[in-house]
Amino acid sequence: MGGAWLQFVASGLTAGAIYALIALGFSIIYNTCHAINFAQGEFVMVGGMSAVSFVAMGLPLVVAVPLAVAAAMIVGLLVERLAIEPAHGNDVVTLIIVTIGVSLFLRGLAQVVWGKGIHALPAFSGTDAITFFGATVVPQSLWVVGGTVVAVIALGLFFNRTLFGKAMQATAQNTLAARLMGIDTRVIMRVSFALAALLGALGGVLTAPITLTSAEIGVMLGLKGFAAAMLGGLGSFAGAVAGGLLLGLIEALGAGFLSSAYKDVIAFVMILVVLFFLPTGLVGARSGDRV
Amino acid sequence: MSFAQSVKRVVGTGSVAFSLALGAAGVQAQEPIRIGAFLAVTGPASFLGDPEQKTLEMLVDQMNAAGGVLGRKLQLVSYDSAGDAEKARTFTKRLIEQDKVDVIIGGSSTGETMAAVPLVEQAGVPFISLAGAVVIIEPVKKWVFKTPHTDRMACEKVFVDMKARGFTKAALISGSGGFDKSMRAECLKVAPANGIEIVADETYGAADTDMTAQLTKIKGSAAQAVLNPGFGQGPAIVTRNYRQLALPQPLYQSHGVASKEYIKLSGDAAEGVRLPAAALLVADILPANDPQKAVVTKYTQDYTARFKTDVSTFGGHAYDGFMIAVNAMKAVNSSDRAKVRDAIEATKGYVGTGGVVNMSPTDHMGLDLSAFRMLEVRNGTWTLVK
Repeated sequence: MGGAWLQFVASGLTAGAIYALIALGFSIIYNTCHAINFAQGEFVMVGGMSAVSFVAMGLPLVVAVPLAVAAAMIVGLLVERLAIEPAHGNDVVTLIIVTIGVSLFLRGLAQVVWGKGIHALPAFSGTDAITFFGATVVPQSLWVVGGTVVAVIALGLFFNRTLFGKAMQATAQNTLAARLMGIDTRVIMRVSFALAALLGALGGVLTAPITLTSAEIGVMLGLKGFAAAMLGGLGSFAGAVAGGLLLGLIEALGAGFLSSAYKDVIAFVMILVVLFFLPTGLVGARSGDRV
Repeated sequence: MSFAQSVKRVVGTGSVAFSLALGAAGVQAQEPIRIGAFLAVTGPASFLGDPEQKTLEMLVDQMNAAGGVLGRKLQLVSYDSAGDAEKARTFTKRLIEQDKVDVIIGGSSTGETMAAVPLVEQAGVPFISLAGAVVIIEPVKKWVFKTPHTDRMACEKVFVDMKARGFTKAALISGSGGFDKSMRAECLKVAPANGIEIVADETYGAADTDMTAQLTKIKGSAAQAVLNPGFGQGPAIVTRNYRQLALPQPLYQSHGVASKEYIKLSGDAAEGVRLPAAALLVADILPANDPQKAVVTKYTQDYTARFKTDVSTFGGHAYDGFMIAVNAMKAVNSSDRAKVRDAIEATKGYVGTGGVVNMSPTDHMGLDLSAFRMLEVRNGTWTLVK
């Protein structure tokens, strides 16, 4: 049983890393634009599917992956510019509905561009499983977890050590004051979307070799990433990472020890539990009103 | 008026009336035979519906180019039900009431088929289903037929093969779709009669991307072989996870993934996987005296030439459904729904891509176990298991 337990943890962390990346995207956009971007899952999909296209065109993985992430960032920018900015000033619910519309649109567009089939991305460094203490992981899992760690560290450095990152934090805390200080908040919002798209697409390309990808994967991933963000505390970065990993672990352990048929239910039950008992999540959202 | 004028008037009216009558008779003779279809061309079951759609289009075009059926053109009215039972129901209603089709070929998945069954039974339209589960024809429904092998046959074929390799304990891992659930239920039912004991029974969700948890449990069980009833991306991921976890037990898939798509998605992990499938998949390595060789070879050639992609058994089911329907119409020289139904039920000795079909009032499928061939994946392609 020891080996099985470890196996569940390994798969849980791999899935959890992806949820963490998606949750980070949710948090960034929530912080700067005060909207919940339900098209976040679609960024993951665009990343994975673009990579598949580039590889099919003959490009080596080393080129296809960054290109795919860049493509997703462009999509994120376009979404912000064409759908969110014109709706700016409306209340949160309106913005959320706009993002749901964007999500549907992107999904439909993806089906037109890439078709409705399922696609695989070649693994970055082969498929020979690595065994440790009775559990096995494919090398790609290490890429997923490693990539997430690198992304989180880079994000931390960006927000805390660069001027632009600090400007984003300022906008998140108080948009009006930031504007008064000379920060162009429109640029901040565009960068937020690009950043969220980058994180989502990174998750998409890293996980596509394991989970396969199609035009429809964004739906579930977006919802579970949202659940992870809620679990950790919407708006908190540490919370997003913690929530993602925790959700992945709970899912895997639940599937392993309780029932594999209800794996998806676990994520949604988590949302309910959080909403009922811990509305600000585990770490607590960074919110507050200045009087 | 003058005599000449009266004659002109009579001849004029007469010829107008005559040509109207000719025209009306002509229009009636040109009334096309409407073949209705609802297929899962998109969505999680596009594995099935896409080749089915392509096959029906190709056959309708071929038939029409050769003069049609009974001197009438064929018209294909096809809707995309995307694997959704609700959509299937809606489209079936439309096909019956608005498009007034003569026969329906469709229902790529079991769920979609069962949604349409009450409608065709009530309206009295012959319906040839392209889905796998045994519930479609058991109990026999007057207007419902099917061309694909049943899931029960697939279970039996796999269990017979397991027994031949000396295995007596097996594990099941299946998805949550209609086909998966039906085949799992059938396998549980027929396993004891075939000398197999099911020692583990795991399930996964339709859109799940990681089955390592379930496979880990199977690895630790007493199972000597594993069967994965399912279709779509689930079995591909199960196969990959299987290789990752290095399970020692041989893996069997169902006929639900009998397509090159599955091998492509699973990659190297598919090596050594066995599954029961129709002869169509191995047309080129069939012996020359095989009764199905001619039919499957021709269909493979036509399909790959036109669509530049490999054939799949699901397209073959659509081929069989279409040919059975057309042969029935020719047999009774009519497209009347009731007569065509009777003729379909009387199909005997039809050699199709799925096997040799002999239907009867109690058997609306007409295939036996010999219609399945046991295949194994070797070097990324199918081989026949003797």
